[in-house]
Amino acid sequence: MSIPLQSRLPRTYRIKHVKQETEMVRTFTFDGSLGAKPGQFAMVWLPGADEVPMSVACDDGATTRITFFAAGGMTNELAKLRVGDLAGLRGPFGTHYEWERGQHIVLVAGGYGAAPMYFVAKETAMHDCTLDVIVGARSNDHLLYVEELESLPHVSLHLATDDGSAGHKGFGTDILEKLLSSCHRPAAARPIDATSAPRISTRSDNGKCSPIDQIFGCGPEMMLKRISEMCAKYEVTAQLSMERYMKCGYGLCGNCVMDPLGIRICKEGPVVSNEVLLQLTEFGKYYRDDLGKKHSFDAIRKQR
Amino acid sequence: MNYLTFHSAIIWHVNLSQTVLGVRFENPTVLASGIMGVTAGSWKRAARCGAGAVTTKSIWLREHKGHPNPVIISTPHWTLNAVGVPDAGYEKAREEIGEFLKDKPVPLIVNIIAETVENYSKTAEVLLPLKPDFLEVNISCPNIEHEFGKPFACSASDAAAVTQAVKGVCKGTPVFIKLSPNADSIGRIAAACAAAGADGFTAINTAGPGMAIDLRSRMPILANRVGGLSGPAIKPISVRCIAEVYEATGGKLPIIGTGGVCTGEDAIELMLAGASLIGIGTAVGDRGMDVFQKVCDEMQAWCASEGVKDVKELVGGMHHAVARVESGKKS
Repeated sequence: MSIPLQSRLPRTYRIKHVKQETEMVRTFTFDGSLGAKPGQFAMVWLPGADEVPMSVACDDGATTRITFFAAGGMTNELAKLRVGDLAGLRGPFGTHYEWERGQHIVLVAGGYGAAPMYFVAKETAMHDCTLDVIVGARSNDHLLYVEELESLPHVSLHLATDDGSAGHKGFGTDILEKLLSSCHRPAAARPIDATSAPRISTRSDNGKCSPIDQIFGCGPEMMLKRISEMCAKYEVTAQLSMERYMKCGYGLCGNCVMDPLGIRICKEGPVVSNEVLLQLTEFGKYYRDDLGKKHSFDAIRKQR
Repeated sequence: MNYLTFHSAIIWHVNLSQTVLGVRFENPTVLASGIMGVTAGSWKRAARCGAGAVTTKSIWLREHKGHPNPVIISTPHWTLNAVGVPDAGYEKAREEIGEFLKDKPVPLIVNIIAETVENYSKTAEVLLPLKPDFLEVNISCPNIEHEFGKPFACSASDAAAVTQAVKGVCKGTPVFIKLSPNADSIGRIAAACAAAGADGFTAINTAGPGMAIDLRSRMPILANRVGGLSGPAIKPISVRCIAEVYEATGGKLPIIGTGGVCTGEDAIELMLAGASLIGIGTAVGDRGMDVFQKVCDEMQAWCASEGVKDVKELVGGMHHAVARVESGKKS
């Protein structure tokens, strides 16, 4: 049997660089590569504390970057680490975003979903892709990777904040809806004799719009659910990054499974095609905790 | 005709199906407990991927917290786990099992665990109305009523007490006791359980425990420090344990052989030691969800090349071979 390339034993790496992104968000650069592709994740281990899955924010073949939110528990402890300290990485695990040369892709990032989206943006530059990148957050102070994304010549950046302190006041998905409606027509609105026509639509009035080949999303599940619905409506392909409670990271324990298909988010995800997501009845409804108990997103929203 | 002619090649038709205690299994592979065992969709997927039966994760009477991560780590040779048997309790399990039973594709084995003899029988009692094909009892849990918290699986009297208590509430449902390789004599434990009414055995649970250390931080990797060992490295231990259980019970009680099975030849080796059914767990991580189909295909190919028409004839084959050789020496 061949030895898998991925590491299923954590190995500790020294932190080479620490960047304070926002008050609660940090980026660690580790001295070592996992060979990760955009969208894949690593299990990040703090010896003696815990191990949690995190999207790889960049892997350039020599260093690996993770961007994380100190949201309590282990991540608060992790945030205390300094340059030269050790943290473990295990992976890379799961699926990654896939694209073809020259495609027009819209990336929608919510919260710290901006980190893996920057990794996508950086890699697609090498394949002559054109990107519209939508970054959303609560407010201007919480927007991530804005400067890095702005520096990429193939990227048109769109910002959205809940309070309107930067860019559009509202959700990133509002911007997506505008982009979709200006370049595509909803499936239901098409004339009957055009239903089998390709998903490309006419150019918009300003003539600048080119049809969208794919939409990539990473962020809160309710945002992804909205993207999924829009993409189904406009018949545009989407790849969305799911989040579930993970333990093994390589498809053994079954804790991150989404039903009814029994899809392992650590293995057949985290990047899942919208085609598959539309068959997962639990998508946007509930997730399971470390005991396998269901928690509905509705109940969580009401609590807030 | 026990063979099919296909082009010029002769392909033997090998019967992989088994009937064990009245339950028919299309093939001997079984999804082992604790692997992909949380949701109904996972069990159905295992069945679609060729599993002859599925086993639930260990179910507690009440909610039970597991250990923090890392809980599972591995190399191609071994896997260490200290998940800590987390579970949401029997009510959540009833919901998942109910979902699975709506269009049950393969037999279902429900695995239970408890920390007292009384709770083993209570857990069995609340799950029996769901009519599992077999009840599998994980006795590797420490007995909290024991002075040193010794696992039930390591004491013949404790293992027998659990067996008797569970059998007391199980009317028609066969009870399989899942044995630990860490007992001083697994054969003696099996004999005690058999005398207490066990209908069959699952052998083995994980071995060890083992430990792995990160060199740079010098820390044990598992949050629980130690964990149960599984994967290819433990196959010789499972083969030995199955052989001992088979001998100790005169080959009369069926055994679900589990431990280190990756390939069809591994499965055949466990059958020769005495197993009727074959649990597959860790190999799901290495060979994918369709490991069940792969193992079946490999068993078919091996049996065909060796002229074996029915896998039943393999069960306990090592013991028969040894007896033949021994009797040959005497005569």
